Amino acid sequence: MSRKHHITLQVNGDEHEFLCEPQQTLLDVIRDELMLTGTKEGCATGDCGACSVMLDGRLVCSCLVLAVEAEGTSVETIEGMASGDRLHPLQRNFLELNGLQCGICTPGILIAARALLEKNPNPTETEARYWLAGNLCRCTGYDKVIRSVLAAAAEMRGA
Amino acid sequence: MTTILDKPGFNPDRKYKIIGTSPVKHDGFDKVTGRAKFAADAFLPGMLVGKFLRSPHPHAWLRKIDISKALKVAGVKAIVTRDDFPEIKQGTGGGDMTRIAMAREKVLWEGHPVAAVAATSEAAAKAALKLIEVEYEVLPHVIDPVAAMQADAPVLHDYMRTKGVKGPDAERPTNIVERLVLSVGDADSAFKDADVIVEHEYDTKPMHQGYIEPQSCIANASEDGQVELWCCTQAPWVYRDRLTDILKLDSAKIRIQQSELGGGFGGKTTFYAEPVAILLSRKAKAPVKMTLTRVEVLKATGPVSGTHTRIKMGCKKDGTIVAADAELVFQTGPYTGSAFTNAPQAMFTRYDLKNVKTVSYEVVSNRPKVSSFRAPCVPQAVFGVEGVVSELANRIGMDQIDFRLKNAIVEGHKTIYGEVFTKIGFVETLKAAKACDHYNSPLPKGWGRGVACGFWFNRGGETAGTVNLAPDGTLTIILGTADVAGSRMSMSMMAAEEFGIPVDRVRSILADTHSLGYNRVTAGSRTTFSSGMIVVDASRKIIAELCRRAAKIWGVPEDGVVFEDGHCRPASSNVGDFTPLSMKDIASKTTYTMGAIAGHSEMNVTGAGPGFGLHIVDVDVDRQTGLVAIKRYTVVEDAGKAISPQQVEGQYQGGAVQGIGWALNEEYIYGADGRLQNAGFLDYRMPVASDVPMIDTVIVEVPNPKHPFGLRGVGEVPVTPTMAAIGNAIGEAIGIRPRSLPMSPPKVLKLIEEARVKGLGG
Repeated sequence: MSRKHHITLQVNGDEHEFLCEPQQTLLDVIRDELMLTGTKEGCATGDCGACSVMLDGRLVCSCLVLAVEAEGTSVETIEGMASGDRLHPLQRNFLELNGLQCGICTPGILIAARALLEKNPNPTETEARYWLAGNLCRCTGYDKVIRSVLAAAAEMRGA
Repeated sequence: MTTILDKPGFNPDRKYKIIGTSPVKHDGFDKVTGRAKFAADAFLPGMLVGKFLRSPHPHAWLRKIDISKALKVAGVKAIVTRDDFPEIKQGTGGGDMTRIAMAREKVLWEGHPVAAVAATSEAAAKAALKLIEVEYEVLPHVIDPVAAMQADAPVLHDYMRTKGVKGPDAERPTNIVERLVLSVGDADSAFKDADVIVEHEYDTKPMHQGYIEPQSCIANASEDGQVELWCCTQAPWVYRDRLTDILKLDSAKIRIQQSELGGGFGGKTTFYAEPVAILLSRKAKAPVKMTLTRVEVLKATGPVSGTHTRIKMGCKKDGTIVAADAELVFQTGPYTGSAFTNAPQAMFTRYDLKNVKTVSYEVVSNRPKVSSFRAPCVPQAVFGVEGVVSELANRIGMDQIDFRLKNAIVEGHKTIYGEVFTKIGFVETLKAAKACDHYNSPLPKGWGRGVACGFWFNRGGETAGTVNLAPDGTLTIILGTADVAGSRMSMSMMAAEEFGIPVDRVRSILADTHSLGYNRVTAGSRTTFSSGMIVVDASRKIIAELCRRAAKIWGVPEDGVVFEDGHCRPASSNVGDFTPLSMKDIASKTTYTMGAIAGHSEMNVTGAGPGFGLHIVDVDVDRQTGLVAIKRYTVVEDAGKAISPQQVEGQYQGGAVQGIGWALNEEYIYGADGRLQNAGFLDYRMPVASDVPMIDTVIVEVPNPKHPFGLRGVGEVPVTPTMAAIGNAIGEAIGIRPRSLPMSPPKVLKLIEEARVKGLGG
């Protein structure tokens, strides 16, 4: 077995370190080493978006990033989305508008949706749909997901 | 003894406080913060990782398995093969289950497990898998069910004889599991009365349930034979009883705890890795976690039956349908169990037909064993039926909904399977559809509009649950049914309504199999109905007990106390002048009365109200590429009573979009080698957000008098008419209705060209 690599990085603002094998993905490490299981594995091929995280401010599928590539980076996961007692407006709107059913895809969709609103605070329905086309949801048919995102966007704009 | 089943106490004039609102789901908070614990999110100290070795061949004798080299890999703690499973006779339920879990005499599909390894790391497990030596004797295979029915097809099971046939055909080894005839009246003669007859053949393809959470489990077998199993399942008690059957365990020695369920849709009603993980854990003397990869999910867990059907229907000029005739072939994978008998029962059930003939076949072939999916086996049959119905309406020049209204069944209808319907809402659903904005909006030039109807029985069945009253007056509910999309919240709402307290004072949890009696599988749109009945029954028992305690405290007769809005009150001023007692007042003093207060209920719940729906869809077809765009979509469906309208809408919308995927994209593609070529989400393409529009919903409420709140199941119906509605819409747009799923661009383009040649369509 190959020697493990020692990696240090920031996750949700905190310093972390871990040892990983060269073939392990960032997703493997987030879940199995850092025990942050809010980030989900749905396919391991970058097709479902359940493992979406922010890596140095960029939206990525953590299953497509090798853990060793994360050295010195800053990672944001769903566990860091709420601040203190306050849910992010996206989280609250998903709750209030029933933007989730089983909830397995929800963390990935929330991370991706926040990345959208940071770039584009006023997306059209079509823009939201295309941005979230990398996040599969099998329960909702996307209707209430998109409505939740647009409602959160309006709220964040103060509209 | 009179029970809630005889006297549900439905009151059409009751004014609800909580039912009919859509409060935030209590389980939602952990789901938006990433804290909800799905199956793969659990870890135990000393846990090993388990991985499968699977067959690369679709059909072969399994001659020899040598694990000696693999056992020597550092970190490998156990290997399980067929030799570790008790022998159970082939062709029995248990025999099939044990052979699906682990190949025994033969491998029967590409992806069939042949061995499994438990090791300290995934890398070690994978290294060991490569060193397991398997000797196969490859056999000819058959994938397509119609091909599998032919006399010269490779036979999967030498012992199989077709159930339901007589004569020489009954003696031969075959791939046809069963031939089932279900008829009423005399269809052959009745067609003579028809002015118009339409007959076509239809194909549907297997699709996968497509849950985003791959199956995962942790098994922990202790030295004294106890097993604890954590897994994502729609059926903990069914898993328990089947696992005890194939592993020869006592039920008292296996405790199954369901995790949060990351989607199931019927696909998590049967186990895959669970028995193997238990055997690995037993051998390794450590907890073992097995999580399927997406490739494994697609190659080796249940898709939906593909079908080949022939549908013939005839009507008079006035729109009366006089006869129907159907032949249906259902693919089931290598073993029986497709639930194909649902199809002939449900396919025409919404029309008042006096003469129907159906012949259905279930056929094995070298593909993964099918599993349940919303309204198992019904949407495939409806795809053809509603296509023919639409064509009949067009041929006699009648409005699509009027034609269906003309033939619609009402209360008192006796179905082809013998049930006589109580109050049903099909006519109301059709009328709501006819009145809705979508149906009355002009259709842009070039688009097509289609409608189709669907039906599902809705189910009840064995259910158990408990409601506990805490000293502070709050309630905790223990449920045996799984929560696939929000049923815990619906149960909390129903209890809160019954007690007249805020829903925030109620919490529902999901039991393990030691905590409650048997609960049937969470499927068939039975959960909110059945567990709801249990919760209301248990709540009423608590209310009766609260009244008894209040009577005791006040020193008055029991019938001198009434319960309303969370309080016991004197029934009248004659009883005495007492300050009402809250639930907390009584529950906090149970030490001085008669001890803790809880309500328990277990029943074989009956009285599920049948569900009906109609879908309206507008499509735009790209005439250059054949690509179909869903432009507008409306689901109209009877919910009886929507406990949480938001959740009901979610069921309608989710079902419709699954149907859109089935209609337009999803299929299993096999090579000539019998291997699945699209085992990944890139090539097995489910609908994404940009593929679909908003899905409008119309919730019709024709109460089911057999339920205290009038509800009907709502989960299955929304997928039954979808493919038919889309097919009808495409037909309207291009002039020829597609009859083969998926209605993908190459197929639709061919039809556009055919229509051009024939001078049809736009």
